[in-house]
Amino acid sequence: MSHAASNHETMTLKIFAWRQKNAQEKGRFEQYTAKNIIPEMSFLEMIDVLNEDLIAQGIDPIVFDNDCREGICGTCGMVVNGVPHGPEDLVTSCQLHMRRFKDGDSIYLEPWRAKAFPIIRDLVVDRTAMDKLIESGGYISAHTGGVPDGNAIPVSKPDADTGMDAAECIGCGACVAACPNGSAMLFVGAKVTHLASYPQGRIEAAQRVCDMTDTMVKLGFGNCSNHYECEAACPKGISVRFIAKLNREYIKAKICG
Amino acid sequence: MILDGKCPSGPIEKTWDKHRFDMKLVNPANKRKFKVLMVGTGLAGAAGAASLGELGYNVEAFCYQDSPRRAHSIAAQGGINAAKNYPNDGDSIYRLFYDTIKGGDFRAREADVWRLAQVSNNIIDQCVAQGVPFARDYAGYLDNRSFGGAQVSRTFYARGQTGQQLLLGAYQALARQINAGSVKMFARREMLDLVVVDGVARGIICRNLVNGEIETYWGDAVCLATGGYVNVFYLSTNAMGCSVTAQWKAAKKGAYFANPCYTQIHPTCIPQSGDHQSKLTLMSESLRNDGRCWVPKKKEDCGKPVSEIPDEARDYYLERKYPSFGNLAPRDIASRAAKEQCDDGRGVGPGGRGVYLDFASSINRLGEDKIRERYGNLFQMYEKITDENAYKVPMRMYPAPHYSMGGLWVDYNLQSNIPGLFVLGEANFSVHGANRLGASALMQGLADGYFVIPYTIADYLARITPGTIKDDHPAFKAAKAEVEANTKRLIGINGKKTVTEFHRSLGKIMWENVGMARNEASLKYALEEIPKLREEFWQNVKVTGSGAELNQQLENAGRVADFLEFGELFARDALHRKESCGGHFRTEYQSEDGEAMRDDENFCYVGAWEYKGVNKEPELHKEPLKFENVHLAVRSYK
Ligand SMILES: Cc1cc2nc3c(=O)[nH]c(=O)nc-3n(C[C@H](O)[C@H](O)[C@H](O)COP(=O)(O)OP(=O)(O)OC[C@H]3O[C@@H](n4cnc5c(N)ncnc54)[C@H](O)[C@@H]3O)c2cc1C
Ligand code: SF4
Ligand code: FES
Repeated sequence: MSHAASNHETMTLKIFAWRQKNAQEKGRFEQYTAKNIIPEMSFLEMIDVLNEDLIAQGIDPIVFDNDCREGICGTCGMVVNGVPHGPEDLVTSCQLHMRRFKDGDSIYLEPWRAKAFPIIRDLVVDRTAMDKLIESGGYISAHTGGVPDGNAIPVSKPDADTGMDAAECIGCGACVAACPNGSAMLFVGAKVTHLASYPQGRIEAAQRVCDMTDTMVKLGFGNCSNHYECEAACPKGISVRFIAKLNREYIKAKICG
Repeated sequence: MILDGKCPSGPIEKTWDKHRFDMKLVNPANKRKFKVLMVGTGLAGAAGAASLGELGYNVEAFCYQDSPRRAHSIAAQGGINAAKNYPNDGDSIYRLFYDTIKGGDFRAREADVWRLAQVSNNIIDQCVAQGVPFARDYAGYLDNRSFGGAQVSRTFYARGQTGQQLLLGAYQALARQINAGSVKMFARREMLDLVVVDGVARGIICRNLVNGEIETYWGDAVCLATGGYVNVFYLSTNAMGCSVTAQWKAAKKGAYFANPCYTQIHPTCIPQSGDHQSKLTLMSESLRNDGRCWVPKKKEDCGKPVSEIPDEARDYYLERKYPSFGNLAPRDIASRAAKEQCDDGRGVGPGGRGVYLDFASSINRLGEDKIRERYGNLFQMYEKITDENAYKVPMRMYPAPHYSMGGLWVDYNLQSNIPGLFVLGEANFSVHGANRLGASALMQGLADGYFVIPYTIADYLARITPGTIKDDHPAFKAAKAEVEANTKRLIGINGKKTVTEFHRSLGKIMWENVGMARNEASLKYALEEIPKLREEFWQNVKVTGSGAELNQQLENAGRVADFLEFGELFARDALHRKESCGGHFRTEYQSEDGEAMRDDENFCYVGAWEYKGVNKEPELHKEPLKFENVHLAVRSYK
């Protein structure tokens, strides 16, 4: 049996972390040393260890957002060595493991940087704009109660699968952070595709795509100019073909609507 | 005091319908005059806030994350039950009701469980209408699978992300109401106190987590949907921010805390890899549909590669001990069975703390593709964490704290003993009894939020005058001052140990003495140690920074402070309950073959505790449980 490379040798890492007390103050990188890091640790556990050390020295710990630590809530997010969520494909920061790094490595930590995401503190940014996008139309207007039996609305397996592929977006915002224009097209494209894949979501599809697109512009998200950085950064592998779908839906809505 | 759950009487099939008819209604034009506070926007809270907003009430909703979409409900993988009987395998509302009562080891109220089973079918319909991407078969119909404790396939799922998809559905319904202006959302707010005026819940005190401001909110009713408390064990499958704080603050204001010792230890979690670990990862129970649990029969084989242990040298202990349920035995039973194997020295992996969950025979039978389709993302997640490919070698599993069946006491209307304070979802104690079957917490959260609270809160609101007490009332000022003083005190200690160190110490005491198996001696020991640790905390904790900024150390300090008080109540409840039932296993009360022994004669009740002050004994109130439709029986899965 191939057991995890359970070598309990510890690593020492040089951490350059972005420190910024609040939205108003200027930020800067600070250098710290993370000691006693083992390969089994997650990236956030590494920061925990470093933070405990900083607290002991009377230094304010590095502030970062996190909650589930299972790669599903979308709360965590930081730019690690220039890449949102770090160097490994298809993982969130909380599911990145230290076995990806070597003893003596230097690691740069920065927050998501995008016009629509103001910095709150250190690595924490305000992603309220993404909620505003959903509020502008990212739902199906079904009232509680008074709906038909679940099986009364059959959905073909391919449509169900497409819908589910799109619905896997965790709303982390890495796509926005990775995009040179700070665009939220991948996030919106995923939602629009998810809901448009089902008969019950088609009815409002045109209205939805127009409302969400307008809101995107209003909130300061940039435009998509096909860099595909979003897809590369997305921890859930959300495909850029959903952006194409978004564009198609938009054109359809504008022409027919 | 004998507590009254206010369950409707009459034939069980009619209880909810009759009750709905008997309850008062609020005139549509009057609804907007009422303001309801919804604390927590997970499945229960988001569904509740959306439904109440839709009905026309003024709702203000709160969560500590940056968005309601991140509530811990998002982490649920496996699925949600409903009694649809789509697979035509003999399911019915009655069977779901029966399985749940039995699964909970006869420590839940019949009427509440009936209602849950009854509305379960509406939940699926509702979610489908919202666009929740449930799995479909090739004909376009909804697909099902099985979960522990049931012999029918009644679990609906969305790949391994059911909780995520259900929460996004509820979150989107909530977003729609926010857009419509009926719900005001306050994210990054932590509720730090409940305001009670003349015995009635009137509002809450929150910390704005971004700027540290202490804010006051008034409401005609307060709903808590703040999730569970198993992070009292430090390591658990719950999110980092899950706490008992909201429940505990309410308990300190007079709400009774019911059955705190009933916690679920989930059998299929990835074993702990070291002391650095901050949380444990659950692998969905649905894996036990196709995975077989085993350990080597002989201790000498434990270190050997799997390929060198032939089938005859393996002990498929669940299939052996529980032939009719096999690998799908309920969680408490599967957890204890795993621990038993490891305690017996036949565990595998580091420290011998693991059992195998093996897919080899299913892969042989169905092919790797089928298994990939069913559980692909779970296998991926396992590989990310352990660096092992579970298509090639079996997964290793160990039990971990997962879910709290206890919670604030509520009556049939989900109202606590404090008028105007309602409790929804995992935060209340209502339907699971001493053990929760798989795929039924999601069901409960959504049932409470979409289909119970909209009716029952009306019955309360219809009897009161809206807006009589606002947050200029002195009780708000007093509560706010208290919260501010508490913050100051935490920051002022400036001791030597970090908050995490205290949490870890508490977790160790809890896990070792109040965990999967407990006895009088271990519980008494915990009851001595917890107050000592609490004392030290208030002398020696170090919280950096100030209260006037985003300060995660301060947030955590507050949560750990509450756990340090609550942990004691937890142990006390376990000590008083001299029987074994569901997730509460007292080693003194077991049969010869190690099964839990309930004592219906003396303990067939809900134990609800009234807080009397720190370092003071709480007072126990009992609500006797009556079983008229399901006969009290030894719970057997053999
Ligand atoms: C890993 C995992 C897998 C699971 N899988 C399944 C499954 O397959 N099937 C199933 O049925 N169940 C499952 N469960 C259980 C189920 O997910 C939970 O019991 C359920 O989602 C709880 O929902 P809730 O709405 O009560 O609480 P949560 O979703 O925990 O929501 C709590 C809310 O309260 C807020 N909150 C908490 N405290 C405060 C405070 N002091 N101030 C302000 N806001 C606060 C939070 O911000 C959040 O919005 C699983 C649980 C876990 C941990
Ligand atoms: S599309 Fe991907 S990167 Fe963007 S928010 Fe969703 S999960 Fe995150
Ligand atoms: S903490 Fe939830 S996705 Fe990383």
